[in-house]
Amino acid sequence: MSDLSLQASRVSERSRGKPQPVFNFVRFKKITEVGLKSIYSHGLRSLLTVLGIVIGVAAVIAMLAVSEGASYEAQQQFRDLGASNILLKSVKPVEVEQSSNQGFGPPQTIIYGLTYSDLRTIEQTIPGVNNVIASRIVKKNVWNLGRSMNTDVVGTAVDYPVSRNYNLRLGRFFSQAELRDHANVVVLSDEVAQQLFPIDSPLNKSLRIDGDYYNIVGVMESEGFSNLGQNQAGSSNAAPSRIFMPITSSRTRFGETTTRQTAGGMESETVELHEAIIQLDNQDTVIEVGEVIEQILARRHDDVDYSVEVPLALLRQAEESALRDQIVAGAIAGISLLVGGIGIMNIMLASVTERTREIGIRRALGAKKKDIITQFLIEAVILSGVGGLIGVVLGITIPFIISLFWGMTTIVTPLAPILAFSISALIGVIFGIYPSMRAADMDPVEALRHE
Amino acid sequence: MSSVESNSSATSIAVPPGVSASSDVVARLEEIRKTYYMGQLSVEVLHGISLDFYAGDYISIMGPSGCGKSTLMNILGCLDQPTSGKYFLGEEDTSQMNDDDLSSIRGARLGFIFQSYNLIQQLNVLENIEMPLFYQGYGEEESHEIAMQLAARVGLAERVDHKPFELSGGQQQRVAIARALSVDPLIILADEPTGNLDSRSGAEILNLFDELHGQGKTLIMVTHSDELAERSKRQIRLLDGKVESDERS
Repeated sequence: MSDLSLQASRVSERSRGKPQPVFNFVRFKKITEVGLKSIYSHGLRSLLTVLGIVIGVAAVIAMLAVSEGASYEAQQQFRDLGASNILLKSVKPVEVEQSSNQGFGPPQTIIYGLTYSDLRTIEQTIPGVNNVIASRIVKKNVWNLGRSMNTDVVGTAVDYPVSRNYNLRLGRFFSQAELRDHANVVVLSDEVAQQLFPIDSPLNKSLRIDGDYYNIVGVMESEGFSNLGQNQAGSSNAAPSRIFMPITSSRTRFGETTTRQTAGGMESETVELHEAIIQLDNQDTVIEVGEVIEQILARRHDDVDYSVEVPLALLRQAEESALRDQIVAGAIAGISLLVGGIGIMNIMLASVTERTREIGIRRALGAKKKDIITQFLIEAVILSGVGGLIGVVLGITIPFIISLFWGMTTIVTPLAPILAFSISALIGVIFGIYPSMRAADMDPVEALRHE
Repeated sequence: MSSVESNSSATSIAVPPGVSASSDVVARLEEIRKTYYMGQLSVEVLHGISLDFYAGDYISIMGPSGCGKSTLMNILGCLDQPTSGKYFLGEEDTSQMNDDDLSSIRGARLGFIFQSYNLIQQLNVLENIEMPLFYQGYGEEESHEIAMQLAARVGLAERVDHKPFELSGGQQQRVAIARALSVDPLIILADEPTGNLDSRSGAEILNLFDELHGQGKTLIMVTHSDELAERSKRQIRLLDGKVESDERS
C-alpha cells in the first residue's frame, strides 16, 4: 500500500499541474531536435523544398548588390562632372535649322548660342560663382605628317581639367601665359594621341591643323570613364576624341564662324561659345542657381539655343531611378521568395498527412494543440531558415563572382542579407501556420487510427 | 491519502472482495452515453454505462466487435468526450474539460499501450520513453534518469539507443509499456496489447502486466481474448453498449 500512497500523492501533485512556465526551454529544445531529425531523415526532399527559398534569398541579395553597385557607379560618374558645377551648352535651335534649309541664294549665317556677355551677366549677378570656364568646340582635321583624324578642337581655359576631374597622363596643360599670348599649343586626349602617334611619344612634337602647326605640350588620361559620364549627362557634343588649346588661339585661328558643305549647299554658323562650366563655391545651392541661370538665359535669348545641365540634379535623378530599380529587383526577388514559401507550405502539408499517426501518439501522450503547432511551426522555420542561410551564402558569393569575371561593381550592404534572411524566416512562420493548425486540429482518435 | 469521497451519491458497485476495503476509486463512470452523428443519422453507441475502477485493480473489458469497447476506451483515455454522463478521473470531472485540460490530464494521469505499439520511428528507445515527460515539463536530466530506470525495468537497458524498427514486436511493446509508466500514471490503459504478438512475446507482456499489478498499478485492458481476460482480476463484458456482466476472479 505504501507504493500506492506514494503513487497517489505523486499523481495529485502532478495532476494539479506543476505550474508550467510560459516558455519551456527543454520542451523547445526537444521539439527543435525532433524537427531537425525529421528534416534530416528526408534529406533530398528537404533540400528540394528549400530550393525556392535559397533562390529567393540569393536573388534578393545578389540583385540588390548589383543594382547598388550600378547606382554607385552612375553616381560616381556624375560626381566626376563636379557636384558643384553647372554646365551650359549651345544648342542649335530647331526653328533656325528649318529656316536655313529654305530657299536658294547665298548661304545665310545662323547665329546662335551662348555669348561672352551671357557669362559676364551670370558671373556678375549670381553670388557664389567661383569660376566660369568657357569653351569653343570646332571640328577640324588634325594632321601628323601623313596621319590625320577628324576631331573636336576645344578652345578652353587653363582650369578646364580641374573642373572636370580630368587628369593629365603626360606633360602639362597649357599655361595662363600661353592663353594670354594666343600660343600655338595643344593638349591631346589619349585617343587622339594613340591615333596620331601610335609608336612614339607625342610630347614636344607638333601637329597641323589647317595651315598652322601646334606644339604638343601634354596628353590627357583616357577619357573612357568620364566620357561615359558625360554621355549619360546628356551632353550632345561629347566627342570620343578631342584636343585642347587656349580659347584665345582657337578664336584667332578659326574665327567664330564655321562653314560646312551640306547636301543643299553651304551652311555656316556663328557661335561665340559652345560650352561653359560654371563652378560654384559649394553644392548646396547648385540646383537653385541652375534655375536662376535658366531664367537669365531665357530673358537674354529669343530662341532656346542653349541647355543648362546640373550634374547634381542628374545625380539626384540617378539616385531616384536607382531606388526604383531596387524596388523592382526586390519585388521580383520577393516573388521568388513567395513561391519558395508556397513550396514549404506544400511540403509541410504533406508532412502533416504523413505523420498523422505521430500527431495522434503525441496528443495521446499529453501534447496540447499548441505543442503540435509549435512542433510543425519550428520545423517550417528551420526549413526556411536553413534555406535562408544557404541563400545568404550564395547571395554574397554571386555578386563576388560577377565582380570577378565581368568587372561590374557590386556592393553587398549588410542590410541586404539580414533583410533577406529575416524575410525567409518570416515566410517559414507564415506558410507554416496553416499546416501546423491542420496538424493540431486533428482528432486524436482519428489520428491514432490512421494507417 | 487523497481520494474521491467515498460517500459519493453516485450508484457504484460495492467494493468487491479481494480488493482492500481501503482502496480508492481512481476512476468513475456515471451514466456514460455516447452518440455519433452522421448527417441526419445518430447512433448511440454507449447506452448509459456506470462503472467504478479501484486503485491497484487489474481489469479487462471484453465484448464482440461493435459493442462499444473502443468508444469506452477512448472515453476512459480522455481522447473522446461522452455525449452525456460524467467521468471522474481522480477527483476531477473530465466530461466538461476543454481540449488543453484533457491533454494535460492524459499526459499526467494515463498511460497508453496500443496494439500496434505506436512508437515514434525517428526517436530511439530512450527518447520514446522520455517523450511524455517533456510534455509534463520535466527537466532533461530527470527525464533521462526516469527513462533509463524504466528501460532497465522492461529489460531493454542495453537497447536504449536503438530505433523501434531495429526491435522485435515484443521489445517494441515493452518500450511502449515503459513509456506508459514514465509519468507514473493513475491508470494504464492497454488496447489489445498482445494482438500483434506471437504467443511467446505475448506471454512476456502478460507477465509484465502481472508484475505491474503486483506493484500496485491500476491496469485496464481491452481484449476479446478470454485467455487474456482470465489473467485479470475483474472482467467486464459489454454487449450492445451496455455492461453485460461484471465479475471478479
